Amino acid sequence: MKILCVCGLGQGTSLILRMNVENVLRELGLDVEVEHTDVSSASGMNADYIITSNELAQSLTGSAKVIIVNNYFDTHEIKTAIEEHLTV
Amino acid sequence: MKFLNRSLVSLHATATSAEDAIRQAGGLLQQAGLVEKAYLDAMVDSYEKNGPYFVLAPGIAIPHARPEDGVHEACVALLQLKEGVPFGHSANDPVRLVFALGASSSDEHLELLQRLVTLLNDPKNVELLLGARDYQEIEHVMGGESA
Repeated sequence: MKILCVCGLGQGTSLILRMNVENVLRELGLDVEVEHTDVSSASGMNADYIITSNELAQSLTGSAKVIIVNNYFDTHEIKTAIEEHLTV
Repeated sequence: MKFLNRSLVSLHATATSAEDAIRQAGGLLQQAGLVEKAYLDAMVDSYEKNGPYFVLAPGIAIPHARPEDGVHEACVALLQLKEGVPFGHSANDPVRLVFALGASSSDEHLELLQRLVTLLNDPKNVELLLGARDYQEIEHVMGGESA
């Protein structure tokens, strides 16, 4: 399974999101590959899930399921969002 | 790496718009010689092109551009606004803390982001940053050099 964290430029905020997504996955004991990229590259990349903000979600196309996170510093919100989608 | 050093933090500021806030926060980096003026323009361009997605949490914006837009060293500055400024984000407006990020392609960039994440993951720190009137009040949470 692969998760893509997406932001506008793929250099700052997607990396911040990735750090907290990885923290949450570790807490949940899930071994998932996580990458980060910018919104224009994201649609062409293979991933099972894309995690991003509501503002960028509309610009995404492709088959990956989109998970929206509003507060990138709220690991509880990220955890809930991931748990809702990744029911193993 | 320059992480929220005293000269990179402006408290109780006023901004008339999101662009003004981004330019003021970026200006702290520019005055310290850490980024070029072109980097400020690139941050504003990114906001105009990609929207306010970088408002990452309620009241917190982290505008930035690309390393090649004119960054000399990994760095981050903070503009704390007296009153919230709308950036057009559906969930996290208005913005009161603007962290201008000088993105570099070095390992220091990762280290800097990790420090920022550690700082902002704790709601108590965010509370402190929102209420601070003097750098001394927040110095201890910045965790490092203060020159």
